[in-house]
Amino acid sequence: MPTPLVVSDVAKSFTMHLRDGIKLPVVSGVSFSIKAGECTVLGGPSGAGKSSILKMLYGNYAVDEGQIIVTHEDGLIDLAHASPRTVLAIRRQTIGYVSQFLRTVPRVSALDVVAEPLVERGEERETARGKARTLLAQLNLPEKLWMLPPATFSGGEQQRVNIARGFITEHPILLLDEPTASLDATNRDVVIELIAAKKTAGVALLGIFHDHDVREAVADRIIDVTAFAPGKLAA
Amino acid sequence: MTEEPLLRVSALSKFYGSRVGCDNVSFDLWPGEVLAVVGESGSGKTTLLNCLSTRLLPSSGTASYRMRDGQFRELYRMSEAERRFLMRTDWGFVHQNPADGLRMTVSAGANVGERLMAVGDRHYGKIRATAVDWLSRVEIEQDRIDDEPRAFSGGMRQRLQIARNLVTGPRLVFMDEPTGGLDVSVQARLLDLLRGLVTDLGLAAIVVTHDLAVARLLSQRMMVMKDGRVVESGLTDRVLDDPRAPYTQLLVSSILQV
Amino acid sequence: MTDIATYNFAYLDEQTKRMIRRAILKGIAIPGYQVPFASREMPMPYGWGTGGVQVTASIIGPDDVLKVIDQGADDTTNAVSIRAFFKKVANVAVTTDTASATIIQTRHRIPEHPLTAGQVLVYQVPIPEPLRFLEPRETETRKMHALEEYGLMHVKLYEDIAKHGRIATTYAYPVKVEGRYVMDPSPTPKFDNPKMHRSPALQLFGAGREKRIYAVPPFTDVVSLDFEDHPFEVQTFDQPCALCAAENVYLDEVILDDHGGHMFVCSDTDHCEKRREEGHRGHLAPEMMEPAQ
Repeated sequence: MPTPLVVSDVAKSFTMHLRDGIKLPVVSGVSFSIKAGECTVLGGPSGAGKSSILKMLYGNYAVDEGQIIVTHEDGLIDLAHASPRTVLAIRRQTIGYVSQFLRTVPRVSALDVVAEPLVERGEERETARGKARTLLAQLNLPEKLWMLPPATFSGGEQQRVNIARGFITEHPILLLDEPTASLDATNRDVVIELIAAKKTAGVALLGIFHDHDVREAVADRIIDVTAFAPGKLAA
Repeated sequence: MTEEPLLRVSALSKFYGSRVGCDNVSFDLWPGEVLAVVGESGSGKTTLLNCLSTRLLPSSGTASYRMRDGQFRELYRMSEAERRFLMRTDWGFVHQNPADGLRMTVSAGANVGERLMAVGDRHYGKIRATAVDWLSRVEIEQDRIDDEPRAFSGGMRQRLQIARNLVTGPRLVFMDEPTGGLDVSVQARLLDLLRGLVTDLGLAAIVVTHDLAVARLLSQRMMVMKDGRVVESGLTDRVLDDPRAPYTQLLVSSILQV
Repeated sequence: MTDIATYNFAYLDEQTKRMIRRAILKGIAIPGYQVPFASREMPMPYGWGTGGVQVTASIIGPDDVLKVIDQGADDTTNAVSIRAFFKKVANVAVTTDTASATIIQTRHRIPEHPLTAGQVLVYQVPIPEPLRFLEPRETETRKMHALEEYGLMHVKLYEDIAKHGRIATTYAYPVKVEGRYVMDPSPTPKFDNPKMHRSPALQLFGAGREKRIYAVPPFTDVVSLDFEDHPFEVQTFDQPCALCAAENVYLDEVILDDHGGHMFVCSDTDHCEKRREEGHRGHLAPEMMEPAQ
């Protein structure tokens, strides 16, 4: 089975210049790979660095050491050292990301927020909106909300918009940062179905799920992040 | 995706006597890319913008621009006539104060139409139709077309200035604090409008701002300047979420949370 | 010649005339380009034709025949005074007859009688810069001329159409000279613009206060600016001259009484008189009124 993403010996720390330059190590020696058609789950307690790893894989956090090799447009690229332009191309074509919170833009409707990643990939706006409607309906977001900007939505509603936005594209790699955190049972099940569909489609998923039931339902493999705690040598 | 950048900037410096305007700035800008230049007043971001838009000549360094024929031209070696032609066809410049970028005593329609007439459009009906179209794209009511911008609100003036700049289909737009001095609600509308136009038209833009929220919303890439030097650059969300340079950390930590 | 002994010929000193001639020659060499010159104080106020007078003084010779018109008339104060001035300081022959004049100094008209090769038309110009009302900075307007950036000129015409439904500019109507410089033809009615195009006469423009001289050499293209869908048009009058019945000439409105009575007559007085001498009569001509009395 292809491994579209290989992480090897990645380390990350924060240097707090405003606090006399103290250095806060986050993770080190992070090494793993994910496989197409599988959902890999990052496990471990809060503060272990799960989110930081996800953010490094999306280029949102800088990487101090190591490599993140991504299969992108039939080539291999080290995301840890890629130019901003390459990272943007990877985000457009290869790696999708569902964040914990939706960053809203004033005046853009929920429907367009969801459709946007497809439009960026060159899809016709109306086609993209059509797909967005299907997903929002599937996630039980009331239709009367579709044309409204999500800034005033409840946490659960915003999260569903966010999930739809992440799932609408056909990225071969999808990163999920607690997508089900503020969802009710019905919608959690919808997300589980969506993840299953992505697996069938051959997408490599990597996620953080605090909800035990969801984790059980989707995880093919669990990586214990505590193994990457700084100061500890990776086994 | 285009294989070559639109603008290549290399070791650009501008000194005012012994004072530093901007020092040794280098970057490439690609088609369709929005680059935010942030920093506090006096950090050199406006000097950089003025050098790049050839409103100011740098002390040293080069900037080359890929013309529509695909050839790179060294900006500071072009004749003034060529530069000015570039500025009113392939480039736009959105000033912080709309009065600097508009003709306040001619109508909104003529403000939008001027660039068209400057490149040789001589059909009144077509010029007017284009002006009407652009006014609606920047959400100005059609019946204001014959009003002078003096009678417009600040937000409307800024939107008119944007229409005036975009009417010739430029590939590169310079913006100097485009939302400065506007009410928050007016800012949001303008940002949303700019965001839409930039995406729809595939514009490349260099946006100077001290407002990190504006940078986050509009740009994909960001350069942080201090004392004329670039202290940090990279993807906008990377710089804002994981600031590395001491100054960037200070900037990011100074954002007021609502 | 004792009359003029106290002045140099044609009032200006020879150095000044030479300087002005150089400006004129440069102007002729670059049709429509405004040449700066060291305008002198003249014995008349600015706005009364100091620019035109300096140009005339620099080109006039003892054998010239001078005609001076003001708004087409030979007999108004300005025209009479300038004619008298040159008679006194240059002792030249003067005339009101367009055809026999070698130099015609004019304020705001071009004579109706077609000009011929060898004649010189000298315009008095108040504001030589056609871009001035849209762009106040001289540095900028000079740059715009240099770089041929004339979009702004059409902005003015656009505004006219937007406000009035047509190009409402009726005088000082901008022209493009020899396909290069945009020029202000001085505040002549746009009716006269077509007469400038490929005229056999040399046309010189003097702006005394603004210190600019420009020129249109004989047989030079002078094209009025316009839009494809709003082409340049001259004024038309729906009645002929009330005195000489001339059609297709520029008419002035003359108020006859304080009860709203008025008539339209030729602005070119010489032209009107010539026609009446030839026997043409308008409906208000004195000869036509007499039988009724």
